[in-house]
Amino acid sequence: MFLTSRRRMIAGALSLAAASALAMPASAQEAFSKPKDQVKAAFVYVGPVGDYGYSFAHDQGRKYLEEKLGDKVKTTFVENVAEGPDTERVLRQLAQDGNDIIFSTSFGFMNPTVKVAKEFPNVAFDHATGYKKNDTNMGIYNSRFYQGRAVLGTIAAMMSKTGKAGYVASFPIPEVVMGIDAFTLAARKVNPDFQVQVVWVNSWYDPAKEADATKALLDQGADVITQHTDSPAPLQVAEERGAVAFGQAWDMSSFAPNAHMTAIVDHWGPYYVEEVQALLDGKWAPRDIWGGMKEDILEMAPFNPKMPDDVKAAAQKVIDETKAGTYEIFTGPIKDQNGELKVKDGEKIPDGDLLKLDWYVEGVKS
Amino acid sequence: MVLRLEARREPSTLMVFASPAIAVVTTLVVGAALFTLLGYDGIGAVMKIFVEPLFNPYRWQDLLVKAAPLAMIALGLSIGFRANVWNIGAEGQYVVGGLAGTGVALLTYEMSGYWILPAMILAGILGGMAYAAVPAVLKTRFSVNEILSSLMLNYVALQLLYYLTRGPWKDPEGFNFPQTVLFTDWQTLPKVVPGTLIHLGVPIAGVLALVIWFLVVRTVAGFQMRVFGMAPMAARYGGFQESRTVWTAMLIGGGLAGLAGVLEAAGPFGQMTPGFPTGYGYTAIIVAFLGRLHPFGILMAALVLALTYVGGESAQTAIRLPSAAVGVFQAMMLFFLLAADVLVRYRVVNRTTARSQRVSSEPATRNTERAA
Repeated sequence: MFLTSRRRMIAGALSLAAASALAMPASAQEAFSKPKDQVKAAFVYVGPVGDYGYSFAHDQGRKYLEEKLGDKVKTTFVENVAEGPDTERVLRQLAQDGNDIIFSTSFGFMNPTVKVAKEFPNVAFDHATGYKKNDTNMGIYNSRFYQGRAVLGTIAAMMSKTGKAGYVASFPIPEVVMGIDAFTLAARKVNPDFQVQVVWVNSWYDPAKEADATKALLDQGADVITQHTDSPAPLQVAEERGAVAFGQAWDMSSFAPNAHMTAIVDHWGPYYVEEVQALLDGKWAPRDIWGGMKEDILEMAPFNPKMPDDVKAAAQKVIDETKAGTYEIFTGPIKDQNGELKVKDGEKIPDGDLLKLDWYVEGVKS
Repeated sequence: MVLRLEARREPSTLMVFASPAIAVVTTLVVGAALFTLLGYDGIGAVMKIFVEPLFNPYRWQDLLVKAAPLAMIALGLSIGFRANVWNIGAEGQYVVGGLAGTGVALLTYEMSGYWILPAMILAGILGGMAYAAVPAVLKTRFSVNEILSSLMLNYVALQLLYYLTRGPWKDPEGFNFPQTVLFTDWQTLPKVVPGTLIHLGVPIAGVLALVIWFLVVRTVAGFQMRVFGMAPMAARYGGFQESRTVWTAMLIGGGLAGLAGVLEAAGPFGQMTPGFPTGYGYTAIIVAFLGRLHPFGILMAALVLALTYVGGESAQTAIRLPSAAVGVFQAMMLFFLLAADVLVRYRVVNRTTARSQRVSSEPATRNTERAA
């Protein structure tokens, strides 16, 4: 306190508290409570931005952010980051490069993000689709993708002739299990005998494997293909074979103009704007966001004109009712694969259980 | 004029060792030109990837941590490669080593003590060895090509990893995400330089290089391996057992890959996840050859390959270079290395002149069998 410097002289008018903040490293709260003129935001993607799927959608969110906030934000991204120590290294490097906020956009980035967030209390971290956060500088955000899966399931069952859909899936994490269950439940509302065959490709992005899985599923009698992997490869195969399919994370109709009925579109942009705006205003705090169609984090791509009108109407009804809050796919009665009643009539699966979902509903073959 | 390759009578020793350097320099020059043509800042890309990380102490930590497993695996592979034993299964041996260590970690989860980490490491080495023993048995008993068997076992190891992380080893508190619990402090590799990322695996890699060097240059077993590599007929005539060479090569290769696996699991990962295999087992093959199969060369080569990963990420953020650029640089390096090696061992001659010299150059072709 007895040190004097030119800065201290100039800052003489500042309150004692502010002065001591200069002398000591600012705590996390202070780092986020001071308004900023410009925010440096970094994004870490699990796939290539050119996947036209999940990572692409996040990158569209980044571009939306740049467009909305202009000079007030400066963004960078790192793509194709492996889930593990590589993530940690990338996150640390981004934090050292002076980024104010880092969005780590894949579930496998969770533990690395927790670790690095602890090391850099003055940097804000937002992690997508995980479950660990902290109270000072790490928030989480997620989308109710399953709401879109219910729309796809409805369309699938109405358009399928064989009564069987093929599901190209990545990893059996709750988000993916939720999607499979929602798709199947919605389909079985239309056709109670509908079957969903799942193939795991153990990757988020592997066009060759995804294509092989799709071919195998079609050979086994599926005539509808849906996917929880990020490349357009399953759609391309479906297009060749004349099957029905759906886009993942973004409108992929350009890859399969005939097969592509609609797509679940991840609409992260507005959320990214909110987060960065909060930093600019000095009002950022870690949040736990799980939004869906109502919150506009999730949208459906325009329906294919080739879709019959009754299917369009049924799909639109699911969308409208989901937005209105009257359609909740995880409402009982729900039976599991073995036919055992898991959710009683009229009961809903609570969010807490959905986030750990690890069982499949009746009609899923995995 | 028809060009053809003709074996040199005696490859220049200087050039044999210079060719990795030539390969690296050519990669940088061609890389810079290529990315400039593609509309990026090509020279900037090369600076970002290959030069700037060297002047940043934080990046040095990353480099060492990334290079350690690459060096360890490559050291093990180099033994076999010298003896013409082609173990392509390091990736699988790395995974099984990591799994074996994780198995011990999960069994000792409730316990404490300094013995836990060494037990994990031992399990990792044995796991890698056991997995490498499969192609060794197939090779020595049934003459099954070890390239194919070891390569295919990599995919089997992946399935084992997926099964364990999704089923029996899944973290019960982990919201059903397919990964194990985080290891306890007793099960985590200590940092050798406090406050940095540099863990015990880094000095271990250095010590291993010395051990391997001693083994290859100073022991009879090492001599046998080298003879088998250079002149298999002579080795057999000399009474050396081929099956023993295969076994030694596979067990050392597998053991070191397993060691790298368990050190990664207990170090940077701190748990087992389906994202555990990151292709170190394959990249290590480039490292082994770039390092001339020499232990100290391998240490250098591991740092160069680590540099491409670490620098590649800076280049993405700084000049928006796509991540595939790293793959391009790595592939170019291997390509130019092989090209340089060909020119070291062969010369390009005009066919007409070649004919007159063919008779005299015939004996030299024997020497070049190794080059394949």
